[in-house]
Amino acid sequence: MVESVPEPDENRTVLQLCQDYGSRPENLVEILHAVQARDGYLSDDSLRDIAACLNLTRAEVHGVVSFYHDFRRAPSGKTVVKICLAEACQAVGCDALKEHAMQALSTGVGTTSSDGAVSLEPVYCLGNCALGPAVMVNGDLHGRVTPEKLDSLVSGADS
Amino acid sequence: MSAVTVFVPKDAAAVSVGADDVAIALSQEAQSRGIEINLIRNGSRGLLWLEPLVEVETSSGRFAFGPVSVSDISGLFDAGFLSGGDHDLGHGLTEEIPYLANQERLTFARCGVIDPLDLTAYESHGGLVGLKKALERESSAIVEDVTVSGLRGRGGAGFPAGIKWETVRKESADQKYICCNADEGDSGTFADRMLMEGDPFTLLEGMVIAGRAVGADTGYIYIRSEYPHAIRALNEAISIFEQANLLGQNILGSGLAFTIHIRIGGGAYICGEESSMLESLEGKRGQVRAKPPIPAISGLFGKPTVVNNVLTLATVPYVLASGGKTYSEYGQGKSRGTQPFQLAGDIARGGLVEKAFGVTLRELVEGFGGGTRSGRPVRTAQVGGPLGAYIPETAFNVDMDYESLAESGAMLGHGGVVVFNESVDMARQARFAMEFCEIESCGKCTPCRIGSVRGKETLDKIIVGEDLEKNLAVLDDLCVLMTDGSLCAMGGLTPMPVTSALKHFPEDFGLARQAAE
Repeated sequence: MVESVPEPDENRTVLQLCQDYGSRPENLVEILHAVQARDGYLSDDSLRDIAACLNLTRAEVHGVVSFYHDFRRAPSGKTVVKICLAEACQAVGCDALKEHAMQALSTGVGTTSSDGAVSLEPVYCLGNCALGPAVMVNGDLHGRVTPEKLDSLVSGADS
Repeated sequence: MSAVTVFVPKDAAAVSVGADDVAIALSQEAQSRGIEINLIRNGSRGLLWLEPLVEVETSSGRFAFGPVSVSDISGLFDAGFLSGGDHDLGHGLTEEIPYLANQERLTFARCGVIDPLDLTAYESHGGLVGLKKALERESSAIVEDVTVSGLRGRGGAGFPAGIKWETVRKESADQKYICCNADEGDSGTFADRMLMEGDPFTLLEGMVIAGRAVGADTGYIYIRSEYPHAIRALNEAISIFEQANLLGQNILGSGLAFTIHIRIGGGAYICGEESSMLESLEGKRGQVRAKPPIPAISGLFGKPTVVNNVLTLATVPYVLASGGKTYSEYGQGKSRGTQPFQLAGDIARGGLVEKAFGVTLRELVEGFGGGTRSGRPVRTAQVGGPLGAYIPETAFNVDMDYESLAESGAMLGHGGVVVFNESVDMARQARFAMEFCEIESCGKCTPCRIGSVRGKETLDKIIVGEDLEKNLAVLDDLCVLMTDGSLCAMGGLTPMPVTSALKHFPEDFGLARQAAE
């Protein structure tokens, strides 16, 4: 059985990914992470296959998927910008940074820009609370993010 | 001349302000100058305002330079920083920087000092002493030592670790578990992350000792997905421990079996609540369980389970190595030992301060923290995460320990301190507390699920001055109901930031400040 951190593996089917985790219902969250790492999101087909493989109802799987903020039911934008909106970042101006991000990226918080380029997602704490405002761009953590720095991070991630 | 050892942290916070780029640039600059350096990527010392903090090892100790950016590197070489030469970014010997020198680093003794994945360095800095002592002792003697130490749960609840362990030890069951709660979701806290990245072996050692003490052979670390650096560090640390026979079926030839698995969370704050975490570990929605039964009797998969925070388990090796009594000599009252405090928000010198319980909030914010980063006057600090109280600057003389904070209507939580300057609108902060509860409630109990929504709506009305008196009565009612009627601390403590904001900053809610204040 594989250990925890799912590396994206495009060649493995949902069934194989389930089997990697022993097809055990208690590994459902791990399996969802693995499938999402492969596809970027969780499709209806994937969820149906997972349910069948783990001998769970689709409702049970849906219940778990919808509970956790991490799981997506639709593809994200090419660049994913997670902006911390929790107290420590509020104290150093994350609200203004959020307003700037929405303008600059032409999208709302929790949505993807219409051209599919960027998803702007709220997050409540990235553990970088002494160096806020904190932002994560495609998995990379950044601290003391100014509007200018955010612009360059996003354009850098684009290219 | 032999190669000079240079340290550049790979801690996520350091990396977030350019430590990786600095490490690359340092190597390149050294190479182009024909100088051989031995670059070590350590954890963070916790002096986060100085990150990236570059340290150089010399015969008189380690010299600190920071915050270093790529453009400073050529100048540092010119100034002879490799032999501790003077430079504007120089801070002298790291250990003599007052911020660090005035701390009591027990849990974080090695963090930032060594390469986190160098087992030899770990041992030469006191690692594995606790485990080896534990392997020679009866399980009851280990638990006794933890009880004597006075160590309490560092996750926030502050329950005595020894009593919890003794409960699990006494249960007879075919299977027991050690579950490490690394779902550090509180804003303003990052100590778990720093420790897992900077000294992961300490946590693993603490878990093996816990397993030995209570008779568990399996451990889980439930870590939040927001911490990719820590996840990587722990995975590597586990395989190094396995190869060194410090995990497995016959640990160091003692016959003890213990394995550790990592499980990644799903971005749900509530999974930091222990029973919600156990549900999540079982692959389910992270909905809290009603207690009793307590996890020590019926926890993961219904088996007796120790659930401890990262810092609790990571302190255990020190307790075993130095003796519970030594640990208990730090602190005051019923708050024994040290607490890793985390200074965050608008603060000049943000970072990690491990101090014995009893340091005042003012010493932390003004002494260590140096006031605000913005230069504006401090107005308040939220202590203990999103469910903690807002303490006004006038009350900063409070001692930071479980009992003193509780007496003043606050709580220690996980030791986070978030500083706000005078521009903060406390009515908006109160509204955010309710909104956060609405977003993160697991939905199981009504006071939390519905109360948070109604609380937010009511605060919206208060903020625009609509029927102020009536809406304040509704808010008060809701807060009482949530405090008394919620299943867990999420709904039960959300009123704490709300009522503390209202009590100490009534003017932000459109009320006159009481003459008595």
